[in-house]
Amino acid sequence: MRQTFVRAFGGAAVLALALGASAGCVKSGEDANKAGKDCSVKIAFFGALTGPNAALGINIRDGAKLAIDQYNAAKTADNCKIELANNDSQGDEKAAPGIADAIVQDTKIIGVVGPAFSGESKAANGKLSDNGVTIITPSATNPTLADQGWKTFHRALGNDAAQGPAAGRYIKDVLKAQKVFVIDDTSEYGKGLADEVKKTVTPVATGTTSKGQTDFSALITQIKSSGADAVYYGGYYAEAGPFVKQLRGQGVKATFVSGDGVKDDKFIEGAGKDAAEGAILTCPCVPPDKAAGSFAADYKKATGNEPGTYSAEAYDAASILVAAVKAGNITRPNVEKFVDAYNGKGVTTTFKFTDKGEIDLSAVAVWAYKVEGGKIVALQEIPKP
Amino acid sequence: MHFDYWLDNFWSLSVGGLTQGAIYALVALGYTLVYGVLRLINFAHSEVFMTGTFAVIIAWDMLGYDLNAQRPGTGVVIALLVAGLVAASLTSAGTALLVERVAYRPLRRKNPPSLVFLITAIGASVVLFEAVGLLTDRKLKGAITLVQPKEVFSLFGASVDNVQIMIVVAAVVMMFGLEQFINRTRLGRGVRAVAQNPDAAALMGVNRDRVIMLIFMIGGLMAGGAALLHIVKVGSAQYDVGFLLGVKAFAAAVLGGIGNLRGALIGGLLLGLAENWGAGIFGTIWMNVVPFAVLVLILMFRPTGLLGESMGRARA
Repeated sequence: MRQTFVRAFGGAAVLALALGASAGCVKSGEDANKAGKDCSVKIAFFGALTGPNAALGINIRDGAKLAIDQYNAAKTADNCKIELANNDSQGDEKAAPGIADAIVQDTKIIGVVGPAFSGESKAANGKLSDNGVTIITPSATNPTLADQGWKTFHRALGNDAAQGPAAGRYIKDVLKAQKVFVIDDTSEYGKGLADEVKKTVTPVATGTTSKGQTDFSALITQIKSSGADAVYYGGYYAEAGPFVKQLRGQGVKATFVSGDGVKDDKFIEGAGKDAAEGAILTCPCVPPDKAAGSFAADYKKATGNEPGTYSAEAYDAASILVAAVKAGNITRPNVEKFVDAYNGKGVTTTFKFTDKGEIDLSAVAVWAYKVEGGKIVALQEIPKP
Repeated sequence: MHFDYWLDNFWSLSVGGLTQGAIYALVALGYTLVYGVLRLINFAHSEVFMTGTFAVIIAWDMLGYDLNAQRPGTGVVIALLVAGLVAASLTSAGTALLVERVAYRPLRRKNPPSLVFLITAIGASVVLFEAVGLLTDRKLKGAITLVQPKEVFSLFGASVDNVQIMIVVAAVVMMFGLEQFINRTRLGRGVRAVAQNPDAAALMGVNRDRVIMLIFMIGGLMAGGAALLHIVKVGSAQYDVGFLLGVKAFAAAVLGGIGNLRGALIGGLLLGLAENWGAGIFGTIWMNVVPFAVLVLILMFRPTGLLGESMGRARA
């Protein structure tokens, strides 16, 4: 009895699927034909809008939204209206493939601003690329993303391979540290960053931490006995906060240098204001208020907030897609061709993508930030080699 | 291998290891007490500790000493430490009692195989862990630095600071108090009786359920003390703080002989030392490997841990 039911039900489901698929084909065919008349298109945002990492995603969404709103408001634009399609991934790589499918299905979507994080990029970009959807990420910095053979992948900022050497140059040339102690948290991100730093400066000694570690006394003993005058940490703020607190508690005065994984107010909260003071944090992101033109003021007017980390990069990423539409490209292949050939200046840097989708590494701006008075403030752009 | 380095920094590594070991020992007591009486591994105990760490910070926030407050004078600092201890102990003991009431007691009546308790213990742990994770957005919560570490004296070249002294002394005092309680009071005698022979104890008029509640509560109180010391040392709480610390405290309990109070102290201190010495000799990347290798080695030769398993017989 039960088996019959399952069979009947399964048969119905297969039939429904087949019908649905054929319906989908017909619909997309129609859309393609109609595109000549109704040329409204969508740009998708792909990133976390809720969940623990939502702050970063909202920064990106708002930056992209500003670029699209400005285009829609300008009367000079032709009739092709652009809509922003928000896709909340919660930063969860398990949700990413489903979102990629939904984006692929919606044929109005000509390009994606995102995915915001490296993990979800790995999970979603294959599907997006196979279906010709142009990807411009404003924030995923894992270097290997460019090596996956995704034809439509573009990165609107430098990657970790640019950040590491820049941090090394800063330690060597600006801090002029003689003895550098390099630590990583054994994560893919942290170790990758620390390894790049080690290529630029020869460490006096090295050490590691592990996720969730709260006692760093053995490591600090090692740092003390090495006599280091600078400590580089490749990792995230959750461990960096307690580590720096204990480092200062043990009387170590060496300058603490770390990357964008630590560039978060929670680092100062974890370390305490006194211990965090003077920490140097690097980021391949341009300080939003240093972005060219009236971006910072426009952003504040539109959202009521100061632009946050990656807002300006997202604005640039969306602007490139908007420029494609402006130039009359409203199909996925045409947009992809336009972006591949794009050469122009945004508010953060100059954009011209390599075959792999990276921007020119000599154009990548890596900035040094410093913790001052309990706040992270922009210090300087790290000089290019 | 860096034996020279290890010898040169022997005292510095040892002081750090003993400090962390004291915190492991306090948490290990919770595992050991419950195991000694119920033969049950309460995996939710790491979360009992975690709720305590948040309670300390929330209590200080509510008293007006949040992250950005100025460090108050000595009198207020002591008052705040006591308030933190009370808040953490109440919260941790409350969590432990809640877990016992909800996850264990209804099951105990039905007398299921002991594997079922293990699964509910893990389940209770995940529920608490995820609930706090959601409530706190999985973000770190920082505390005011009440005690600024300052060198008090130097031990063969290794500086010993006030925070380290406070942690070790407080942990030893708490454990001494607990041992006196178990060995000398009426309630303590009840605990030992149930640990030795539950049926005989019941026949003699010991209320088993009450004893079980008592040990969960005491385990919670010790975890609360550990939570306060952890906050003083580390300065922030996070929803997953109990995970690594809980695993290590559990290992410490097994190392010393689970079910044995003094074993928890010895196991905790030894694990802390093994961690730091291992990191010194082999490099920090081996920090988590060495203590567990030591654990396996010791269990090979002494399967019941260093001091043996029985709470009842460990009276001496």
